[in-house]
Amino acid sequence: METLIEFFSLQDPNIRYVLAGTILLGISAGALGCFAILRRRALVGDAVAHAILPGVCLAFIFAGGKDPFMLILGAFFFGLLSMVTMDFISRNSRIAPDASIGMVLSVFFGFGVVLLTFIQTTGFVDQSGLDDFLFGQAAAMVGDDVLVFGGLSAMILVVTIIVFKELKLVSFDPSFAQSIGYPVKRMEFLLALLMVLVITAGIQAVGVVLMASMLIIPAAAARYWTDSLRIMLLIAAGVGALSGVTGSFISYTAPAMPTGPWMVVSAAFVFFLSFLLAPGRGEIARYFQKRNFSHKVACENILKTLYSMEEEDGRTDRVRPGKELRKRRHLTGRTMKQVLSSLLRRKLITYYGGTPDGYMLTPAGRKEAKRLVRVHRLWEQYLSQHLQIAEDHVHEDAESMEHLITSEIEAQLRTSLGSPELDPHKSRIPYDTDESKPSGSAAEEDSKKSLAGKAGYKPGEKGKGGAS
Amino acid sequence: MITSTGWIIITAILAATSCALVGTFLVLRKMSLMGDAISHAVLPGIVIAFLVTASRNTFPMLIGAGIFGLFTVWLTEELSKKGRIFHDASMGIVFTTLFAIGVIMISLFAANVDIDQECVLYGEIAYVPWDLWIWRGTNMGPRPVWILSMVLLINISFITLMYKELKTYSFSPQLAATLGLPVGLIHYGLMGTVSFTTIASFESVGAILVVALLIVPPATAYLLTDRLHRLLLLAVLFGITSAVGGYYMALWINSSIAGAIAVVNGIQFALVFILAPRYGLLGKKLGGRRVSKSEPESISHPEPKDIRETLP
Repeated sequence: METLIEFFSLQDPNIRYVLAGTILLGISAGALGCFAILRRRALVGDAVAHAILPGVCLAFIFAGGKDPFMLILGAFFFGLLSMVTMDFISRNSRIAPDASIGMVLSVFFGFGVVLLTFIQTTGFVDQSGLDDFLFGQAAAMVGDDVLVFGGLSAMILVVTIIVFKELKLVSFDPSFAQSIGYPVKRMEFLLALLMVLVITAGIQAVGVVLMASMLIIPAAAARYWTDSLRIMLLIAAGVGALSGVTGSFISYTAPAMPTGPWMVVSAAFVFFLSFLLAPGRGEIARYFQKRNFSHKVACENILKTLYSMEEEDGRTDRVRPGKELRKRRHLTGRTMKQVLSSLLRRKLITYYGGTPDGYMLTPAGRKEAKRLVRVHRLWEQYLSQHLQIAEDHVHEDAESMEHLITSEIEAQLRTSLGSPELDPHKSRIPYDTDESKPSGSAAEEDSKKSLAGKAGYKPGEKGKGGAS
Repeated sequence: MITSTGWIIITAILAATSCALVGTFLVLRKMSLMGDAISHAVLPGIVIAFLVTASRNTFPMLIGAGIFGLFTVWLTEELSKKGRIFHDASMGIVFTTLFAIGVIMISLFAANVDIDQECVLYGEIAYVPWDLWIWRGTNMGPRPVWILSMVLLINISFITLMYKELKTYSFSPQLAATLGLPVGLIHYGLMGTVSFTTIASFESVGAILVVALLIVPPATAYLLTDRLHRLLLLAVLFGITSAVGGYYMALWINSSIAGAIAVVNGIQFALVFILAPRYGLLGKKLGGRRVSKSEPESISHPEPKDIRETLP
C-alpha cells in the first residue's frame, strides 16, 4: 500500500518520466492498433518492430552511443524500408503476404542481431544499454528519452485525431474512398508512416520483440465493447494507458521485473476480461443470448404444437395432456417444465387440473401461436413461389425462420404474396381477422372425421402442414 | 574426429533441412507465420520444464515446448473462432502474450533458471560442440545433432508417407476434403511436425533463425519451380547453402551465426527475386515483352494457357 501511494504521488521524477512515457506509448499504440486490426495487418506491426533492430544498431554505430534522435531516425528508416519491402515482394511476385511478412521479419532481425553482436564484440563504449531494445527497459528512460519518445507519441496522436475521418474511410472501404476522390494511396502511406512511428516510439519501453502486442491486444480488446470506431479508438487507448501504468508500477515495486512484458500481460488480461464480459459480444453475454433464444424457440414450439392439435380436431376447449406434448416435441422433462411454467406465467396457456389434466391455449396464446404458424406458412409460400424451391424442401427452412421473422418482414411478405389463403402444402394460413376458431383446410376435413383424442399426429401426412 | 566447426555446420545443416521441408508446406498453405508464433510461444514451456527438472535436460524441455507449441496452434484457432477476430490478430495476441509470460517467468526465477531471453531469440549454435551427450560414459557427440537428426527423420517419413495427401492439401484443402482425405489429421500432423521442428532447431539456432529457415528457403524455391518435389529439393538446397554460407560469414565478421544465416537467406532470396526466369522481376519484364510482341499472332491462334500459372 505504501509503495502504491509512493508510486502515485509522483514524488520521484524518475517515476514521472517512466509513467509519462509508457502512458503516452500505450495510448498512441492502442489507437493506431485499431486501424491495423481492422485492415487485417496486425502482424505487419510485428515485422516492422523486428525490422527496426538493424536501424537502431546502425544509429548506435554512427552516433557512437545512445543518442535518442539518431536512434529514432535509424529505427524509422528501417521500419519504413521493411514496410516497403514487404509490400514490394507481395505485389511483384507470387509470394503470399504472410510469407513476405515472415521473411522481412526474420531477415531484418537477423541482420540486426549480426550488427548487435558485431557491436558487442568490437567493444564499443557504452553499449550496455543496447540489449534493452530487444525487450525494452522503460525504467532506464531518463528525461531526454521521455521528451523525445513521448513527444513522438503525442505527435502521432494529434495527427491521428486530425485525419481520423479519412483514416476511417480508407480502413473500411478503400474502393469507395477512391471513387469519391480521396487520395487513398497517400492516406495508406500516412497510416503506414504513423505505424512505423508508433513502433519506433515504443521500442524503448517494450522492445522490438513485444511491440506488436501493444498494437494488437488493446485494439482487439476494445473491439468487443463497441461497433463504433471512435469509441473503439478511445477504449483501446485507455487499455494501452492502463497497461502502461500497470507495467511501470510492477517494475517499480519489483525492480527485477521487466516493464514491457508486464505491459503486454496486463493488456492481455484486459483482453481476456473483455472476451468474457463485454455486453453483447462477450462470451458470457453470448452464452445467455443463446440460452434465451433456445428457450424462446422451445416456448414458441409448444405454442405451435398446442395450436396444431387444435387444428387437427378443430376444438379449442380441450385440454392437452403434458405427455402428449412431450411425445410431439421431444424435450427433456426439465426443459419442458421450464417452458411450460414460463408460458403459464405469461398467461399464454392455462393449466387445467381435473382429469384428464393438461394445458390449453389462452386467447393471447392462441393469437401468438397463430402468428407463428402464419409466418411459417407465409415463408413456405414465399420460398416456393419466389425462389422456386420444391414444396417438400421448404419446411425445414421455415421451421427456423418462424422464430426470426419480425412483424415488418411479415407485412412485407404479405404484400409481396398478396395475403395468400393457402401455403404450398394446402394448409390454410391463419390471419388475425379470422374467427378465433382454428382452421386448417385439409386438416379440418380430417379432424371432422376422426374423433377427438384419436386425431394423432401423422407425420408426413399433408406435407407436415398440421404440425408446422 | 569431427571438429567443433564441423559440429556447428552439421547442426545448422540439419536444422535448415528440417525447416525447409516443413516450411515448404507452410508457405504453400499460407500459414508461414505459424512457425514464428510457435517459436516465440514455447518459451514458458521451456522455463517450466527447466523449473520442474532443475536442469538443462533437453527432453523435458522438448516436451514442455511441444505442449506449448500445440497449445499455441489450438488457442489461436479457438480464439479466432470463438472470439470472432481475424486469424492473424488472434495469433499475434496468443504468441506475444505467451512470450511475455515466458520473459516474466525468467525474471521471476532468475536465481534458478539459467536461461537468457536473448539466447532464446538468437540461439547459441556456437556452443553446440560443448553440449555433449554422454551415454554410459561414452561421448556420443553433441546432443542437438542427435535431436535434430531424429526430427529430420520424422519429417522425412511424414512427408514420404503422406506425400500425395500433403500435396493435395497444400494446394487446395477444399479439394482434399471433397476427395475424402483426412484433412484434420493432415493439418494437425503438419502442425505437429512444425512444432517439433521449430522447437528442436530453436534450441540451437534461436527463434528468429527458425522463422528465417522455415520461410525464406521455401519462398525462394517457390519463385523457381511449380513442382512440389522440385520445390522441396530446392528449398533444402537453399537452406543448406545458407547454413554453410552464414557460418563462414559469421566467422568472417565475427558475429552471431544465426543472424548471419538469416542474412544469407535474405541475400539468396533477393537474388532469386530479381533473376528468376519466370517469376522474378527480370523474368517477368522479359516475359511481358515477349507476350506483347506476339500479341497479334496470339489473337488468331490463342495458345492454351499454361495451367501451372493458375495454381495458387
